[in-house]
Amino acid sequence: MTAATIFGTPESLTDRVTHYCPGCTHGIIHRLVAESLDELGLRETTVGIAPVGCAVLAYHYFACDFQEAPHGRAPALATGAKRARPDLTVFTYQGDGDLASIGTAELIHAANRGEKFTIIFVNNAIYGMTGGQMAPTTMPGQVTSTSPAGRDVDQVGYPLRVAELIATLRTPSYVERVSVHTPHHIINAKRAVRQAFEYQKAGRCFSLVEVLSTCPTNWGLTPLESLKWVEETMLPYYPLGLKKSPDDEV
Amino acid sequence: MTLDVMFAGFGGQGIMLIGQMVAYAGMGEGKQVSWLPSYGPEMRGGTAYCSVVVSDNPIGSPVNRNPSCCVVMNRPSLEKFAPKVKKGGLLVVNSSLIPVTSEREDIDELLVPCNDLAMELGTAKAANMVVLGAFVGRTQVVKLESLDLLVEKQFAKKPKFIPLNKEALRVGIERGKAEAS
Amino acid sequence: MAKKLMKGNEAIGEAAVQAGCRHYFAYPITPQTEVAEYLVRRMPEVDGVFLQAESEVAASNMLFGASAAGVRTFTSSSSPGISLMAESISYIAGAQLPVVYVNIMRGGPGLGGILPAQSDYFQATKGGGHGDYHLLVLAPSTVQEAVDHVILAFELAEKYRNPVMVLGDGMIGQMMEPVQFPAEAVTEPPDRPWATVGMKNRPQNLIRSLFLNADELEANNLELRAKYDLMERDEVRFEFYHADEEMDVMVVAYGTMARIAKTAIDALRADGVKVGLVRPISLYPFPKRAVREAAGRAKAVLVVELSTGQMVEDVEWAAPEGVPIHFFGKVGGNIPPPEDISEEISKVLGGKATPRGLYGRVEEAS
Ligand SMILES: Cc1ncc(C[n+]2csc(CCOP(=O)(O)OP(=O)(O)O)c2C)c(N)n1
Ligand code: SF4
Ligand SMILES: [Mg+2]
Repeated sequence: MTAATIFGTPESLTDRVTHYCPGCTHGIIHRLVAESLDELGLRETTVGIAPVGCAVLAYHYFACDFQEAPHGRAPALATGAKRARPDLTVFTYQGDGDLASIGTAELIHAANRGEKFTIIFVNNAIYGMTGGQMAPTTMPGQVTSTSPAGRDVDQVGYPLRVAELIATLRTPSYVERVSVHTPHHIINAKRAVRQAFEYQKAGRCFSLVEVLSTCPTNWGLTPLESLKWVEETMLPYYPLGLKKSPDDEV
Repeated sequence: MTLDVMFAGFGGQGIMLIGQMVAYAGMGEGKQVSWLPSYGPEMRGGTAYCSVVVSDNPIGSPVNRNPSCCVVMNRPSLEKFAPKVKKGGLLVVNSSLIPVTSEREDIDELLVPCNDLAMELGTAKAANMVVLGAFVGRTQVVKLESLDLLVEKQFAKKPKFIPLNKEALRVGIERGKAEAS
Repeated sequence: MAKKLMKGNEAIGEAAVQAGCRHYFAYPITPQTEVAEYLVRRMPEVDGVFLQAESEVAASNMLFGASAAGVRTFTSSSSPGISLMAESISYIAGAQLPVVYVNIMRGGPGLGGILPAQSDYFQATKGGGHGDYHLLVLAPSTVQEAVDHVILAFELAEKYRNPVMVLGDGMIGQMMEPVQFPAEAVTEPPDRPWATVGMKNRPQNLIRSLFLNADELEANNLELRAKYDLMERDEVRFEFYHADEEMDVMVVAYGTMARIAKTAIDALRADGVKVGLVRPISLYPFPKRAVREAAGRAKAVLVVELSTGQMVEDVEWAAPEGVPIHFFGKVGGNIPPPEDISEEISKVLGGKATPRGLYGRVEEAS
């Protein structure tokens, strides 16, 4: 008798061991994307765009074609790819420094033009890859290497709420914020990621899923403490839920 | 006189610190010094190492193909660097964590069970001070008093660790001074 | 002040403070982020401004605005970040503003890597941005020199109202060496009658690089050219290391590579080999005359760089006809130890190396 496989590696992921730190939730988010591509049968027609950030090596972990963008420019590359080949499924996978700092112009204009690709936006409130500097999404008072006394909102403003910002654009789109700090939240995040790809598959609209993520290494917390920090510190400021749907009245 | 040494181990073993202590001590004694760390992709979970040069003359290259001394605190470091030590050079091995030797006959290989010796003093965390002591005991590149001063500075905020670390240096120095094998 | 053991990046930050700079705008990038991490703590102690910009594009334009408003200002970055600044550097050169850039080079092109490289020589010395302009470029080879160059850079930037770049590499940024800060580093800032600080009772001050009228633009171009001529006369800096004698091989290298070459040269000279070094310190203006003169005393020239061959083009242009010019480069973040350079010098001595020809390497090989 052969045992039924009830859990395995999605076809859209390679079996390479990732370089992510222990307790980092980048890996979970990779999996949700991969499962969605598998379920929708999109893997073979998908092009991913890697950011500059800890996910810069995402192309090693996804079993689909990939491009590696300059820092912050992924939405521009995605625009080029999707306009050149509208039948492709195109997604960018970007951190908060990449997307919400150096890449804000590309983000806002791709969204405003209603480019029909998907952005997976990983908000971990810090620059992970370069060793923990302040990001536009860093929480008020949060200590980072470039805000050693904690983020001072009088000097550098409040954290940017990207999902809400994009939702203010009149162009129809799908925008939702989710989190992956508990199994329950992961299941919901999966639904949102899949929804985004479904809209793209149907050729409907621009889609952005903001995923709250951890960075135990640069937060200086254990993996468990990090999950708690998402719940207690990030959730109140970054409310989860649907921010905009293509079915909304314009 | 010019002495160059490579300190290697994994992140968290205090490798960078002991390299810096040699550089600081050398500078305090009026010598020319340089300290060059490894940085980059290998830092995440991998081997950390730094090269230190202490000299009476201005320092040209801060790295050499074949360092004259090498201090290794874990096995991957031994495997990577032991073959590179200059003929006639010194290799200090943390034998608590490295169950093998370089098998080289043309160098002075000093085996020191740093973690065990540090544990005897109360904490394995002082293993880096033991190995630093052993290296300095063997090479006499800087003075013990210079290192003592640095320990006092380093632990100024946690003074209760000062005697332990000083003791660890001394335990190491004894090992370093022992007859070359 | 006593000597301090400092990491290159931190020493660069402190040097700027010592030079009286109180305005720093930057965006994190390895291997120079420690400059920002140092200054975020240091600037408040001297009532200075530290601001993390949203990108290098923004950071460099913040320098533009601050300098135009009449203050000392600088940024630090690494190769990909400098590329993003190239646009504003061109504007700043056109608008004739004193601004200091520090580029701690890493390997390229593109995202490349984060280990040391010298592959931005062309970008730094020949343009990078559009238009007819030059940066004055200084290349330190020790942490102490990085400090001295940062301080000098502010002076030169103000003297010429021109952007100045200190071009180091990841090794200079990351290594620790003893440094001494000059007792009185802060020089008196010059009068800045051109600065935009509010008109009060004088005619409008305007900071711009736009001159739609052909004659006006030409006048600005010629004004810039006149400054570059002065720099080429007055700001050439270099070091001869045993290069004022007859040489069998003359090495030319700058920055990190020069100090590694010195170790190789010391070892060879101990064995009686006649070898010396010319180290360009100012990369623009390039020490053309010094290279030409020294190469006249050499049987062969070997240029050593952490690139596949950039400065070597300037050496070829400077060296007298007939001296064979060899090149040795390491890239990708691999740093050749002195032994590699010694071997390369020995190859040149033994006639076992092919000099660069007129027609490029592919042609030579076929
Ligand atoms: C032009 C340019 N500037 C700066 C950098 C350095 N850099 C690499 S990743 C990064 C920030 C990454 O942070 P984020 O996007 O939040 O991703 P995370 O690592 O947190 O997942 C920066 C500033 C670069 N590669 N290119
Ligand atoms: S540095 Fe942070 S974001 Fe990057 S892999 Fe580690 S935990 Fe994840
Ligand atoms: Mg981030």
